Amino acid sequence: MSGRNYGKVCRDGLWNNNQALVALLGMCPLLAVSNTLMNGLGLGLATTLTLICSNTIISLIRKQVPDEVRLPVFVLIIASVVTIIELCMNAYFHELYKILGIFIPLIVTNCAIIGRAEAFASKNPLDLAALDGLMMGLGFTSVLVLLGGLRELIGSGTLFAQIHLMLGEAATGWELTIIDDYSGFLLAILPPGAFIGLGLIIAVKNIIDSRQPQKSSPKEEAATFAPQTENI
Amino acid sequence: MDFSTAISPHIKPRNRVDKMMLQVLLALIPGALAMIWFFGWGILFNLLVASATAIACEALILKLRNKPVRSTLCDLSALLTGILLALALPPLAPWWLAFVGTAFAIIIAKQLYGGLGYNPFNPAMIGYVVLLISFPQQMTAWIPPSTIAATPSFLESLQLLLGLIPESLNIDAMTMATPLDTMKTELGINRTTGEIMDNELFGTFGGTGWEWIANAYLLGGIWLIYKRVISWHIPVALLFGLTTISFIFFLTGPDSHPYPFFHLFSGAIMLGAFFIATDPVTASTTPKGRLIYGFLIGLLIYIIRSYGGYPDAVAFAVLIMNLTVPLIDYYTQPRVFGHASENNHEQ
Repeated sequence: MSGRNYGKVCRDGLWNNNQALVALLGMCPLLAVSNTLMNGLGLGLATTLTLICSNTIISLIRKQVPDEVRLPVFVLIIASVVTIIELCMNAYFHELYKILGIFIPLIVTNCAIIGRAEAFASKNPLDLAALDGLMMGLGFTSVLVLLGGLRELIGSGTLFAQIHLMLGEAATGWELTIIDDYSGFLLAILPPGAFIGLGLIIAVKNIIDSRQPQKSSPKEEAATFAPQTENI
Repeated sequence: MDFSTAISPHIKPRNRVDKMMLQVLLALIPGALAMIWFFGWGILFNLLVASATAIACEALILKLRNKPVRSTLCDLSALLTGILLALALPPLAPWWLAFVGTAFAIIIAKQLYGGLGYNPFNPAMIGYVVLLISFPQQMTAWIPPSTIAATPSFLESLQLLLGLIPESLNIDAMTMATPLDTMKTELGINRTTGEIMDNELFGTFGGTGWEWIANAYLLGGIWLIYKRVISWHIPVALLFGLTTISFIFFLTGPDSHPYPFFHLFSGAIMLGAFFIATDPVTASTTPKGRLIYGFLIGLLIYIIRSYGGYPDAVAFAVLIMNLTVPLIDYYTQPRVFGHASENNHEQ
């Protein structure tokens, strides 16, 4: 990837190599926190911020870090970034911080982040690495929001519950009750709902992919998939 | 591997899928009639809604998957799933309860895994468990059997099915805990089994009405074994397992553990033993494996009934044991004729 191929980085992050739907990384927070749309959005944005910061820093120091100790260095950087984000969230979005709880510090362990650091940021210049962080983060966030929205809608018949935790008191009335007098399909909110929902979303993505005419040559396809094996 | 066909004469296979399914459906008739007799029209409506949903969903998915619709529907397996699920639903259920459960059972638990023969879990029980954990309020709306109090009339049942509450009925006053539920709750407040079973809800063995429903299923099940649609291994092992463990606990304390017959003749044991655990797709297939499978379901039913959060446990026990079927089958493969028996123990 010597050429500055911004378009490909964007497409990979949002769709072709989506960390949640294709690489299947970061499943633990994805499945645990996606019970409402706002929880998903909150965690997704925190993860995106972490990805941008860690990718940027790692790309900056990529030539100074010896290969043998790169993983501990990456972990150290990611952990520092997450700690800063955690403290900021505790200060400015305290209620949301309390709901997301352990999953904010656990962003450290999200394989998607160290995966991108190892597979992309440590091999690419600053601008591409930062863009990759943003796009991978947005791809992850969009899945979290979609899954969270679906589970909230089916499970309790609302959307944007507790939106004021993120947007302030002005947004208190923004919660939508889509279905009045809904007794709730509890399964969607319980853990099995997350697994079934994610499985269905992946299935829909695969259907969309298989319906598209094969544009990319097999070689390019292989190049897209190559970093993934490293991640795992 | 050589799969050459031997020369004639060939033995004609005794059973086809559709014939087997039809016989299972026929064997369910006495039990279903008993349930309608004791719990009213609601059961019949549940059966109708669930069967229609099952066939519609199966047809829809088969069409999406570009599979032959008519010939697959004629194997009656979808209909059987719908019927088995409907027989587990309470008589006051609104129509969407049977609809959601059956749709989930057919679409997700059966067709997404590849259709008949490929589903690792019993679809009807998946549908039932989904409903049980999602809609606990509607799923526990059981009423006392017709021998104790009048069941809702045809019109009232129809209104209940549509989700309306008839003015002539007070639902809160009408619903009543099932015998198993009563037993569990009252044991929890330290009453003895003798005191608990003085209640008019309890009959000779199990609950009033329930024991007769169990007898009707038992009758249908024995007919199925006689017709060789199912083998005797799973039901016998299941009933033996449940009897053994409940008898051991009964001996340790008759006041706090109901006697084995109560366990055998209440809840869904007979339906489960003969019609659900014997599902040819999800059950173990080797003779020894079937004995282990049935026995462990029996043990699990007792454990989950006694220590779990729900009064009955057939669905959970069957689903847990469905998970273990590949392992059981692997270790109980019979010796292939003509091969040395050591081959089995090599791995």
